[in-house]
Parts: sequence; C-alpha cells; structure tokens
Amino acid sequence: MKFVEIVKKTDIDFIGFRKKMLVLSCILVLLGIVSFVMVSIGKANLSVDFTGGTQLQLSFSKQVSIGDLRKALTNGGIDDVQIQEISGTKEFFIKTKMADSEKERVQDKVNTILSNEFKEAGFQILGSNMVGSTVGKQLKRNAIIAIAISLVCIVIYIAWRFTFIFGLAATIATFHDVLSVLGIFYILNMEMNILFITALLTIAGYSLTDTVVVFDRIRENMAKMKSKTEFGSVINRSINEVLSRTLVTSITTLIAIGAILLLGGKVLFDFSFALFIGIIVGTYSSIFVASPLIYLWRKRIR
Amino acid sequence: MFKSIKLRAVLIIIFLVISVIYCLPNAIEPQGIWKRYLPSDKIHLGLDLKGGMHLLLELDTVKLLQNMVDRKFNAFKDAMIRDGVRFLGLDTKENALLVTIRPEQKEKLYNIAGKEFSDLKAGTTRTEGENIVVEFLMSEKELDNIKDNAVNQALETIRNRIDQFGVTEPVIVKQGENQILVQLPGIKDPQRALELIGKTAQLEFKLVDEEGSARYTGGLVPEGDEVLTLKSKNRETGITTTTPILLKKQTLLSGELLTDARVKIGGEFGNEPYVAIEFNSEGARIFDKITAENVGKRIAIILDNTVYSAPVVKERISGGKASITGGFKMDEAKDLAIVLRAGALPAPVKVIQNITIGPTLGQDSIKKGVQAAILGAALVLAFMMYYYRLSGIVANVALFLNIIYLLGAFTALKATMTLPGIAGIILTMGMGVDSNVLIFERIREELRIGKTVRAAVDGGYQKAWVTIFDSHITTLITTCILFIFGTGPIKGFAVTLSIGVIINLFTAVLGSKAIFDWILMKYKPRSLSI
Repeated sequence: MKFVEIVKKTDIDFIGFRKKMLVLSCILVLLGIVSFVMVSIGKANLSVDFTGGTQLQLSFSKQVSIGDLRKALTNGGIDDVQIQEISGTKEFFIKTKMADSEKERVQDKVNTILSNEFKEAGFQILGSNMVGSTVGKQLKRNAIIAIAISLVCIVIYIAWRFTFIFGLAATIATFHDVLSVLGIFYILNMEMNILFITALLTIAGYSLTDTVVVFDRIRENMAKMKSKTEFGSVINRSINEVLSRTLVTSITTLIAIGAILLLGGKVLFDFSFALFIGIIVGTYSSIFVASPLIYLWRKRIR
Repeated sequence: MFKSIKLRAVLIIIFLVISVIYCLPNAIEPQGIWKRYLPSDKIHLGLDLKGGMHLLLELDTVKLLQNMVDRKFNAFKDAMIRDGVRFLGLDTKENALLVTIRPEQKEKLYNIAGKEFSDLKAGTTRTEGENIVVEFLMSEKELDNIKDNAVNQALETIRNRIDQFGVTEPVIVKQGENQILVQLPGIKDPQRALELIGKTAQLEFKLVDEEGSARYTGGLVPEGDEVLTLKSKNRETGITTTTPILLKKQTLLSGELLTDARVKIGGEFGNEPYVAIEFNSEGARIFDKITAENVGKRIAIILDNTVYSAPVVKERISGGKASITGGFKMDEAKDLAIVLRAGALPAPVKVIQNITIGPTLGQDSIKKGVQAAILGAALVLAFMMYYYRLSGIVANVALFLNIIYLLGAFTALKATMTLPGIAGIILTMGMGVDSNVLIFERIREELRIGKTVRAAVDGGYQKAWVTIFDSHITTLITTCILFIFGTGPIKGFAVTLSIGVIINLFTAVLGSKAIFDWILMKYKPRSLSI
C-alpha cells in the first residue's frame, strides 16, 4: 500500500542533539524568567486590561468604519487602542493605555491624528477619562492558584499512569513552552493582553498533549524491549516512530492558526502569533526537552 | 467498547439530532407550533464578540462624606457621654464637628479626640459667651482616602453582585475619581440588572416609635425620630401601598454584620418567596439583645430607607436569624438576597450613562477573524483529505460531528461564548485532528508490517486509544481545575475546552470507528485508502 508521507521511516539520533538543544532551551527559559519578573513588576508591554489608561468618547457626523478609525490611530502612534462603537449612533469609545502627561494630553494627540484623517467626517471628542485596569487582584490571584493546582494534578496523574519522572518532565516541558512564548513576546516588545493569557493556557494544553503522546510511545517501547537496551535508543526509536504524527498534527494546527495570523486583522494577530510560536515550541519541547529529561533519569530501561 | 455497529450508529445519530435541535435557533427562528416544543435559545456571545450594556455609575461622594461625618458625630457623642464630658452642644458643619463646652472641660475633650479620633484634627476655637466652640476637622488627605476607598469598595461590591448574578466576563473598572464603568454582555432584562447593580442595599433595623405614631399626624417630627415610608403589598390585589411610619432614628443593627442571605419559600403567607438572613456572632448577640429588650414592640426592617416590614417581636430571638418579607416576586427575592450577600455600597450610586455598545474586539476584527477561521478550517480539511485520502474524509466527518456536538452542548448549557472560549475550541479541534492523525498513523504502521485491513484498523484504534485517553484526561484534569478556581477569561476557556475534550473522546473513538467498521463490513476492502 502506498501512503502520502511527509517523512519516510526515519532514524534520527534525537538524544544525541540534547546538549546543543539544552543551550537553546536554557536561553529561552532564562529569557522567559526575566520577562516574568519584568511582567510582575509591570515593566513589560502590558495592555490597557492590566494597566488602565484613558478612555475617550468620540462622535462623528458621518458614518466612519471602525477599521478606518483603528488604522488612523495606529498610524498616528496609538497602536494599543481598543475600539467599541456605541450601538445606533456614530459614536465610539476608544481605550488606550496612554495616560495624560505634562507634555501631551491623550485627548490632544487623538485630536491631532483624527483631524488629519477625518477632516470631512466632523469628529468631536465628547469626553476623556482615566480608567482603571479590568483585571482585578482577585482575578490574578485566582488564576495563579488555578494554574498551580492543575500543574500539581498533572504531575500526579502522569506519575500514576507512567512514573513520577515522566510527570515532572512533562510539567517542566510545559513551563518551558509557556516561558519561551512569554520571553519571545517580551523581546519583541509585543503587547500582552488578556487574550495573550488565554493563548498561554492553550499552548500549555497543546504542549502537554504532545508530550504525553511521545511519552506514551516511550512507555510502550520500554515494555517491548529487552531490559539491557540502552535507554537513549528506546527514546530515539519512540520519537522517530511518532515523528510523522507529530509533524502532521503540528502542520494542520499551524495551517489553521496561520490563516488567522495572516488574515485575522491586527487585534487577532498577537493572539494567533502567540499560538503559532507556542505550537512550534511545544512540538520542539516534547522531543528536545521532555524526552532528554527522562534520559537524564536513567540510561538503561531497568 | 460497543461491538454492535447499529448501537453505535444510533448513539451517534441521537446525539446529532439533539445537537442540531439545540443549534437550530442560531440559524433560523423557530415558527408556529415548533416554537412551543423546540429550544429557542441562541448561543450567548460575550462582551468581546457582541458587546452589550454599558453603564457609567457615579458614587455620590457628598452623601458618602455626610454618612461619614454622621457616623463620626455619633461615635464622638457616645465617647463624650461615656467619659463624662459635659458638652452643651454638638453640631456638624460640612466636614467638621463643632463641640460647645465650658472652657474647663477642654482638656478632657482633647484627650478623647487625641486618643480615639486620631483622624480628626482640632481646628479653630472660638468663644461664645462663657462657652467655647471647638472645631474638629477631617484632614483633606483623610477625606481623599475615604473617597478612594469607597470607590474601590463599591467596585468590589458591584463585581460581587454581578458575579453572583451569573454574568460571564463583565468589565468593571474605575473611571476618573469617583466613577465606575460597568459593561455587561447580552443582558435580557436591563432594568433588572440596573436595579441589582445600583441598589445601595443598606439594611437597617430600627424601632417603631409607637407612642409618637399615635400622636403623629404629619408635620413636625418628634425629637430623635424620623419618618420613613412603609411599603406594603396587598396579597390579593397585588397593589403596593405606602404609608408613613415613625421610627426611632437610632440604628439597632445593620447589614454589615450579615453573613448570609438566601431565598426561601413558604412562611406565613403560603408560597411566597422571602429572604432569610443570618448574622455573624456579633450580629446575633445584638439581635438577641434587641429582641429581648423589645418584646411586644415593633421592629422595622429597612432597606435603603424604605421600610419593608415592621413585625411585632413576639419573643426573644437567639441564633441570629431573621427574614425579610414584602410580597416579593421570585426574581426580586433572588436579587435582594444577592445584594445583601454582596454587601452594601458605601454610598448611593447614580447612573450617568446607560447605552448599548459594540464588541470590545471591534466589529472589524470579528469579521476578519471569522473569515480567517473558516479559511483555516477549510485548509485543514483539505490537507486531511490529501494526506489520508478517503480515510481523511472519515476524519473530516468526525471533525464535523465534533463541531455540531460542541455547538449543541454549548447552546444547551447556556454558556457564554467569548474569544477565550473560541481559543478553547481551536485547541479542541486541534486535539480532534490529532486523535485522527494518531489513529491513522497507527493503522499505517500496522499495515506496513503486513496486517490485513481489518486487523490493522482494529489494532490501530486499540493502540492509539491509550494515547488519546491519556492526553485527553490530562487536559480534562487541567480544565476542570481551571474551571473551578479560575475566573473571567480563564473560566471561559476552561468551559469550552472541557466540553470539547469529552466530545472529542466520544467522536474520535466511537464516531470514526463506527464509520470504518461499517465500510469494512459492507465492502470488505483488500486495501485501505489511508
């Protein structure tokens, strides 16, 4: 029988790459930790959801599309803007994390930008107000508790189905992925909003699934092979066996996310970008982080 | 698991029909006779996808400070009486207390103020005949502090109320100095939401002045009394009447000491909902004391300066339990219980803006997002068909079943769809595709080692099942915990993902396997297009 195949039967020594990959992973994790600290002290590019900022109410005398308005404000240098139209009117709320400073008031800046772009649309700024952050302390605390407890439960479940070290390795790999994406976002100075948090959770879920699939094959092969077999070769063989599945799944997911990334518009770009790199890192980590971690644990099957 | 293809087919079709029935209102409005028997709920869309109600509330800071000064006034009075300061007059003027005393009492007075009222600064002293009038001021900083705290407290209270009301992912933020911005998605009854949020919910117990009432015919209110309105509803006609009632001004007990408020049904008026309240130990002690002291008298239960009922105390009540009756409808009683549980607002709020707004994501983004998602899904389906040929079609049918089931379950559970929820769906779809890929790759492996089609399909499913089970259960554990402990967007994400994972397990193993089994049984193929 013939199949359409991305990769034929492979025999790659993945474990042999582990040292080089370890360097890369360490850099990514370190970057992630640094960004986490920066986020905690509020020094990262956090969105208006977290920081609060200024809300303006605009009105136009002619119908203006929300997309044009967004484009104008972005080109004018207010690129973190959240726009909501007021139903049944030609009015909008716009929210940005910029705050009035001594040098410049947000209201004046918007005024300048819009008077260039919407000369004929007769716009007016009806009001300008400071707004607080949407993300309350309660929400932050609950999120951290929830994530901590679920990590513990994952370790317990995987430890029960496999062994403890598998659970630990899977959790570390998941952390690795979330931290990597956080780090990359930080380095690129991309804005982190509530959607970004959701993206991180999605990445954690994806990464975990991917790791479990590889682990599952390792467990199966451990049972099949002779006890003297070198553990590295079991891992290598397992990864090679699931490689085509890993690639096909990653590619299909990347196709779907890629479509949103390219065509989803500005607001969804950051979200899908996070997912896109998250899936790449998640696939990488189950092969080059989670698996070498259990290799560290023992060199032979028994 | 289920050997019989028929049984599995029936299960799949039953679930499909139920899902389609629930999904239908999203596409077409049920008409005529169908309207009565079919569900009519559409999927609720969150604030980020659809927009909703936009309220701007302003905390009445004048009233807040007045309440504050009133409280200080009472506390100061009590302290002076307790310590034997003979004061000749006590008055308030804006944010200041004015105490008239004889000069020799001055030191004692300063003592009290210094010891117990450190937030009051002694201001000017002027003589008035033989007496002196000492002014105690609240510092500007202190006042700002109070205002700030009050806005934060009001915000938390409103957040609590909205959470208990069951609104998914509202936006509640502080705006400017004393305003709170609230955005709620898809509220069916805006008036009810408005009342729930805007109610001050100041619960008080005061004594009815029976003697005064007997003499009182309107006009001048006796010293230490106040007139409030008693709202009573005729249980037969449903007409609400209001009558003035004379009360002692002093508050015996207030809602701050409340620990719980729940709707109950029954009591002396048959099947009428009422709100049962419970006090903490301090509240229970006070309630015990006031009921013991006032047996035979009437105690008025007051909410936001309206008397709801003024029952006669028949006996001493220990245990700190009381009930508020007032001819409530079920919704009214529910909302009252919510506001009492969530606590009172520190001062009344005024609604200064009440409008309907579009989605926070922006209509432009949603349109683009939907188009992109459809294209992405189409590409995935095409890829699966290219890569796995006819088996890819089976996988796509399973994926399609997945989506219909998910939408059906979502509508039936009346969950609110938000962008984090859609992220959950994307992950579910990814896992759905992955399950099929896992199975197909396994089947290919089995075929490569020369097994027959039948054996390869069975073996592939069997072996892949372990992996699929483990990966799905791990995800399910996470989502359950995120659902229990998470709030806001995290919860929204967890809801879709957990529903999705369960449905996935069903379709991946039962759904596509049944189709395969049917094909294999009917056509007994020698080779498999996979």
